[in-house]
Amino acid sequence: MNQIRLQLMLCGGTGCDSTGSEKVRIALLHEIEKQGLSGEVGIVVTGCNGFCAVGPVMVVQPEGIFYQKIQPEDAAELVESHFLKGIPVQRLMYKNPANKKIIPKMDDIPFFSSQLFRAMRNKGFIDPEVIEDYIARDGYFAASKALNEMSPDDIIKEMLESGLRGRGGAGFPAGMKWRFAKEAQGDVKYVLCNADEGDPGAFMDRSILESDPHSVIEGMIIAAKAINAHKGYIYCRSEYPLAVKRLNIAIDQAKNYGLLGEDILGSGFEFDVEVYQGAGAFVCGEETALMRSIEGKRGMPIPRPPFPAHKGLWKKPTILNNVETLANVPQIILKGGKWYASVGTANSKGTKVFALSGDVCNIGLVEVPMGTTIRKLVYDIGGGVPDKRKFKAVQLGGPSGGCVPEQYLDTPIDYEEISKVGAIMGSGGAIVMDNTTCMVDMARYFMDFIQDESCGKCTPCREGTKRILTLLENMCKGKGQPGDIEQLEELCEVVKHSSLCGLGQTASNPVLSTLKYFRDEYESHIFDKTCPAKTCPALVKFEVEPNKCKMCGLCFKGCPAEAIKWEKKSVAVIDKTKCIKCMSCYDKCKFDAIM
Amino acid sequence: MKNSIRPQHPDITAEIWDTIDEIISKWKNTPGSVIPVLRECQEVVRYLPSELLMYISRGMGLPLSQVFGVATFYSFFSLTPKGRHNIKVCTGTACYVKGIKETINRIYGKYNLKEGGTTEDRRFSMEGVRCLGACGLAPVMVVNKDIYGAVSADKVVQILEKYE
Repeated sequence: MNQIRLQLMLCGGTGCDSTGSEKVRIALLHEIEKQGLSGEVGIVVTGCNGFCAVGPVMVVQPEGIFYQKIQPEDAAELVESHFLKGIPVQRLMYKNPANKKIIPKMDDIPFFSSQLFRAMRNKGFIDPEVIEDYIARDGYFAASKALNEMSPDDIIKEMLESGLRGRGGAGFPAGMKWRFAKEAQGDVKYVLCNADEGDPGAFMDRSILESDPHSVIEGMIIAAKAINAHKGYIYCRSEYPLAVKRLNIAIDQAKNYGLLGEDILGSGFEFDVEVYQGAGAFVCGEETALMRSIEGKRGMPIPRPPFPAHKGLWKKPTILNNVETLANVPQIILKGGKWYASVGTANSKGTKVFALSGDVCNIGLVEVPMGTTIRKLVYDIGGGVPDKRKFKAVQLGGPSGGCVPEQYLDTPIDYEEISKVGAIMGSGGAIVMDNTTCMVDMARYFMDFIQDESCGKCTPCREGTKRILTLLENMCKGKGQPGDIEQLEELCEVVKHSSLCGLGQTASNPVLSTLKYFRDEYESHIFDKTCPAKTCPALVKFEVEPNKCKMCGLCFKGCPAEAIKWEKKSVAVIDKTKCIKCMSCYDKCKFDAIM
Repeated sequence: MKNSIRPQHPDITAEIWDTIDEIISKWKNTPGSVIPVLRECQEVVRYLPSELLMYISRGMGLPLSQVFGVATFYSFFSLTPKGRHNIKVCTGTACYVKGIKETINRIYGKYNLKEGGTTEDRRFSMEGVRCLGACGLAPVMVVNKDIYGAVSADKVVQILEKYE
């Protein structure tokens, strides 16, 4: 039998899958067979590689050569030139946008070289549907160590020493949560994994579940041992079908290997995990609401105390950890808490995964050590803002978070430092916005989201968010009144201090932080009835500025309503009776001539 | 389990009622199983008419208020019929920043279809969903199970015309 000479690590994450990685796989397989390389070149479909912007992507190991935007038509050339003759195909390699130089190896590409992989250490190296791949990278060694050699106190001691804080956003020390649940009285206890990643613009947990599901299951086994629980649930959103599928495969495999069920690895310890699918409710990311949902009720939060560590699911002591938190646990147990705490800042240890998206060149998933500056995240890794437009702000923490403007870009990534500038670490969504984004409209967008997702149980959140939304909508429609800003501030404070759960308590953050840094935009909307970013259609006049119009006709060609009159060598005219204010002329115009 | 009285409903055939009975008896004794029952029933009927909710409530031995409460709380469940092709437009932040609003407006202009609505001929129904987690492809649209990335207003009609 031939030995495998090259392993093709083809990304099969949601991003690459929808850009056609499955077709690429079939084409590659066909070509490999045709050239008689079947025994020498293997294909592994991995989970999300992280560099979603240039998908479908593939890494050729052991050389580490990175190919991007591969199409099925490229398969023949790749196989013949690279895999048969040993000449890599430069055409499909990454080019540094700054100097157009080709960078063949993945580790040398700036997007990857500034990262440190811990929670995502296996991404792109294993087939997430093959448990042997995970075991080959020290998988389930930590579970074995925890079950056979460590006491619950030993495990909690390591966790406390690691300084790992909840990666879902709140940042509560994971070890402390576990200690409370361990000390709680009760014969039945539960370990829950929060995979209800609801923040819009966040996809870290999805990627971890799709690329390395066993690491989360192993983390749960260790947590179960620490608090003496025998049953666990992974609460996963139904919007993530691939993650659910891979989790179920992983659980079945773990059961077959005796890594879940009775007497795990001969330790006498029993633990079982089940996937519970959510049904589309943002508030179920809140811990008490999530537990109500598993109980088959409306996902509404309840007041704390009693805390879930004492009375959680079915009123039994329960711990709930986020996907990323649990994915970090096996390595902490294997290498020690001190090792984990060796990177990071004084109060925030280890690494954090961010989902970088919006107006940034390199959209994708990145993991950086705590203490890295936001500037490094946006510019060195993200490659900055595309199309020569200007950076405006980066939104961290989704609907509970806030904006970080240009002047605070040197803030280090650290739970406390980020909240000082008015944003939150959050679960890791980082949405970059350029100068074409209107901050009032952005605040309106988040409030629309929160208002829609508010469960309606407590009045401040239910009514307050509705009133805030009305004020913001009026501003965007050009109906803002003097005094609206002050009223907005007052309402935000009330909602923040009197809501029942985290959703309401943080709901005003996007408004407050945009008011703090972009108050002038709010004022323009109210007093001048203009939208500086020209995003709010009601405040765009839809007239052509004759001096700026270059008579190119792009707006005419792009108008879906046939509302634009244009002939060669004449200035375009918009017929306002036909105009549907869709903004397509504005987007098409390269000369900023639409007023 | 044979549930004695089966209500008449144009969208539910006798075979579908058999499947529903199977679903109910499979979950009946599992505590907290309303959500999976509703999910599986919606998969076969494509939506949850009120007659079905009453039937589930009787079959599961749960108050109708609880079944109805759960069905209306979660956005995954629909109490009105869906079109032959279901369009999901992502309204997450990245898609919003990248212009999903214009895409939605274009769909409305062409098919007179709003978020949460169904066209009169039941060809399409459209729902706005919170982040699909594919921000790298923003703006994203899913038709049935096909994912489309970078769906600009200009491209959307061409894509949808493929679905009859």
